[in-house]
Amino acid sequence: MKNFEFSRATSLSDASLRTQEAGVLLMAGGTSLVDLAKCGVTEPDMVVDITRLGGLDQIEVSERGATLGALSRMAAVADHAGIKAEFPAIAQSLSLAASQQLRNMATIAGNLMQRTRCAYFRDPGAFPACNKRQPGSGCSALGGVTRNHAVLGTSRECIASYPGDLAVALLAFDATIETTDRRIPIGEFFLEPGETPHLETLLRPGEIITAIVVPASAAAHRSTYLKVRDRQSYEFAAASAAVGLQLEDDGRTIRDLRVALGGVATVPWRASRVEQALIGQVLDEGTVRQASLLAVEGAVAHGDNHYKIDLVPRVVTRAILTLGGLA
Amino acid sequence: MTLIEPRKHGDASDGSLGSRLSRLDGRRKITGSATYALEQPVENLVHAVLVQSTIASGRVVSVDKAAAEALPGVLMVLTPDKVFNMMVASDWFGNRVENVPYLPLPAEVNYYGQAVAAVIAETFEQARDAARLVKVHYEETPAVTVIDQGGSGTVTAPMTVEWGDAQAAFDTADITIEAEYRTPREYHVPIEPHGLIASWQDDQLTIWEPSQWTHGMARTYAEWFEIPFENVRIISPFIGGGFGSKGGAYFYGAVAALAARELARPVKLAVTRSQGFTAYGGRASTRQTLKLGASADGVLQAVIHRGANETSTYADFHEGTGAATPIMYAVNNFSSQQGLIKVNTVTPGALRAPGKNPSAYGIECAIDELSYAVGIDPLEIRLRNYADHDYQSGKPWSTRKLREALLAGAERFGWSNRSAAPRSMRDGRTLIGWGIGCGTFPNLTNSSDAMIRILSDGSVEVESAGIDMGQGTYTIVAQTAADALGVSVDRVDVKLGDSVSAGAPVAGGSMLAGSITGAVHKAAQAAREELIGLALNAPNSPFSTSGANTLVIENGRIKTSREDSPSMSIGELMAMLGREKLEVKRDTLPEGTTREEQQKAFTHMSKVRGPTAGEFSIHSWGAHFIEVRVDEDFGTVRVSRIVSAFDCGRLYNPKLAESQLRGGIIMGIGQALLEEGLVDARNGRVVNNNLGDYLVPTNADVPPIEILSVGEPDFEASVLGGKGVGEVGIVGVAPAIANAVFHATGKRVRDLPITLEKLI
Repeated sequence: MKNFEFSRATSLSDASLRTQEAGVLLMAGGTSLVDLAKCGVTEPDMVVDITRLGGLDQIEVSERGATLGALSRMAAVADHAGIKAEFPAIAQSLSLAASQQLRNMATIAGNLMQRTRCAYFRDPGAFPACNKRQPGSGCSALGGVTRNHAVLGTSRECIASYPGDLAVALLAFDATIETTDRRIPIGEFFLEPGETPHLETLLRPGEIITAIVVPASAAAHRSTYLKVRDRQSYEFAAASAAVGLQLEDDGRTIRDLRVALGGVATVPWRASRVEQALIGQVLDEGTVRQASLLAVEGAVAHGDNHYKIDLVPRVVTRAILTLGGLA
Repeated sequence: MTLIEPRKHGDASDGSLGSRLSRLDGRRKITGSATYALEQPVENLVHAVLVQSTIASGRVVSVDKAAAEALPGVLMVLTPDKVFNMMVASDWFGNRVENVPYLPLPAEVNYYGQAVAAVIAETFEQARDAARLVKVHYEETPAVTVIDQGGSGTVTAPMTVEWGDAQAAFDTADITIEAEYRTPREYHVPIEPHGLIASWQDDQLTIWEPSQWTHGMARTYAEWFEIPFENVRIISPFIGGGFGSKGGAYFYGAVAALAARELARPVKLAVTRSQGFTAYGGRASTRQTLKLGASADGVLQAVIHRGANETSTYADFHEGTGAATPIMYAVNNFSSQQGLIKVNTVTPGALRAPGKNPSAYGIECAIDELSYAVGIDPLEIRLRNYADHDYQSGKPWSTRKLREALLAGAERFGWSNRSAAPRSMRDGRTLIGWGIGCGTFPNLTNSSDAMIRILSDGSVEVESAGIDMGQGTYTIVAQTAADALGVSVDRVDVKLGDSVSAGAPVAGGSMLAGSITGAVHKAAQAAREELIGLALNAPNSPFSTSGANTLVIENGRIKTSREDSPSMSIGELMAMLGREKLEVKRDTLPEGTTREEQQKAFTHMSKVRGPTAGEFSIHSWGAHFIEVRVDEDFGTVRVSRIVSAFDCGRLYNPKLAESQLRGGIIMGIGQALLEEGLVDARNGRVVNNNLGDYLVPTNADVPPIEILSVGEPDFEASVLGGKGVGEVGIVGVAPAIANAVFHATGKRVRDLPITLEKLI
């Protein structure tokens, strides 16, 4: 870890102004920042702490939806009665993430900005080549140990998976990210690596997330987050799915369906093809299982991670069946 | 300084050997007041940080250290080209090559992550920053980074075990099975990382370092620096887990002690979590092929075992995959061979139940496979092939309550309710499987020395260089002394983990408890006799007119056996005698042992007696009954219930023994389902060298575990009748889980860990 200066922002605009400079990073909880600094991946000259700024940790749930202040703690959102009632997938995505100690410290905006767990990205001393860290230097993961790498949204330059859970649930329910400058639909917020894996989000220098807004929906109300992993707790997803389901009045025809995937793609991944294939269909296991195969359309395996292509449709299927009472 | 303050609970958990007294060091550990090695407040301390190689094979040509040395606070950069006057130390068994210089930072690079330089600076941060600026230039040579690149290996002939004609019996058997089983590299990852503080005063070296063997480590440091054993003091009162990794001094200890001597200042060297994957070796990856031949009714006719493990390119370490194979079952035709495959890795080391653990994984899976091939219940096939004596040595067992363990475990688990066919038990989309795995660990014995000190107030101190890394030594030593002396346990203060104290063998091979309690018992009995003699013969003794020729001590009071006897407390006797203290030291070495031999007994392994050294074959035994739940779509395995029954002889403290067995079982869950050192074959780097990526079980992965004890005192095994507890707990867990997974899914996964992709 390189030494850095530490200061507290006096206001959002102060923080915004200061982070326009190169080498200055915001700290919104610090659980990820300190970790990456220890790995030698993130080497800020200055860290600006925004955790003491007031008014950014409100959680509001109304008929229209939820507004989550950027500095809300993961644990606070996970335990919020309104979120649990209206957006169970969001609450579950948080309570299944990290550990209680981390959830008590980490903020939800910081969580969105969490960076990949790619072992090669996190180990610059051993693996200097990483297009994410050093554009043009190459990708050490290709040809390496790739069990946890992405099968969707990859490029020749990068196969690192997006590790988070919350963003997957937010993507399923069309959340909007509010920043100091604008409102960004979450579907546009994360950037696939393409030829520029070092660019991970739309955020510009000095732009700060202030809130996350999630519209209410029947699908969000009836939703779940299914996270599959070898270890029962405190592990990133081998594959996960945030799913919301709304049935017609007949109780069996699918009116609305939301499916987003985690742990398998370079960004939180919306499985729109699955949604389209099933909306209007009668909910039954065979139909769901068949349609769920569309979730991995275009998936590319890189050695050890081939199992994810088999696993994803099963996770999607189970999540839908669970919501439909058929699991 | 009182390290441990005994407490009295006022209930049945107080008191004597065999009771369920809670750990005497527990409160200090959970309240944070137990001071570990790297937390020692030492003045004038400077800090060392290691620089590690970024190649797997080759040599260091040059080291550019100018930039590092230019940083403020940097005191010294140690590199391979700087040779100090140190000598190679003897190995664990006392073999020493004379007059060979010891190079803790050799120029020859044998594995990725090997330390090639060290920076010492005023602060840790300065040392860390400077270490990053050290530029190492290498000449790289081709490397073998994973076991599969290493060919078939070389058979180690002395490890071959043969009797009967295994091949002929296999060829003519009614039913045969053949399978290959693999285990990956596994790591100790104790929660307290390694490291030390080294400090010199003239030619006296003091080391604060977590140690499973203070005498052995002190001997190593003494030999490195060519100073008398007495000049080295290893202090290790508390240890945050070792599992075999803290039994010896490693190169980084030499680096810290060397730097401390050169700089004439105390040096702290903390091995980081990631460095813990290369600073010392974990369990070697193994592979073994088993061929079993049986009659149609499931009676074993032949066992053919061929095993191999990876070792380093510069030293041989045998992870004996055939260690348990010959003693588990009755068989008249047996053949086992063990090979080594050289890989560019740090030399593997002992990790909880070395040898026995992967060995049991092989044979216990194979016997399960045979049970299905023959169509006999996995419990029944084990009983049908029960070994009534040790077929390898031909000797009778001292005690072997494995049958009792199997029957008691089966009863408690409800094994008779199992439906035999794979995939026949389910709960919705969850497949349920039940499996058995048996385990064993040899009873190793060695002598100990112990000091008992009666103080003027009648309280008791016990001193030993033996250690407590969580297994409960403090507590059982206090119980043993209290029992033998006739005082309550809260009057006993135990001091452990200091190499200047009375000698003890390594806390390894599950041998410390049996050894240390023997010496403490002997010393305490001698102290008791001495107190009684003093009480009888003292001028003004209240017993002088009693006519008694001996006395008893009960609850700290000395009296005759008559009900109307006068009595006095031990403190009153000491006051009457005007004594400040009374010291009694006793060891369990053979009569007439010379001082030199005594020294060897505690600083080497050469005096350790194996399980068949006498007329019996002596081992601990266990049987695990495990239920798993496997998601039929996801392949995720969760262990949902465990009943394990053990024969570990007499349990000195059942609560602590169960706790240790439970710890072994939890480690076995990790081995079966989670743990695997992942090596990038391109450079030999362990890529999951941290606790975020190297997965061990969390609380959520650990189901209720019920421990049954079916053992009886075995006085062939130890003075007080206990057999080893520390290691047998893990042995047999992985095969029980693998067998349960097969029962649940019908899929036989033969390489650990059983991760989800192997089941979907």
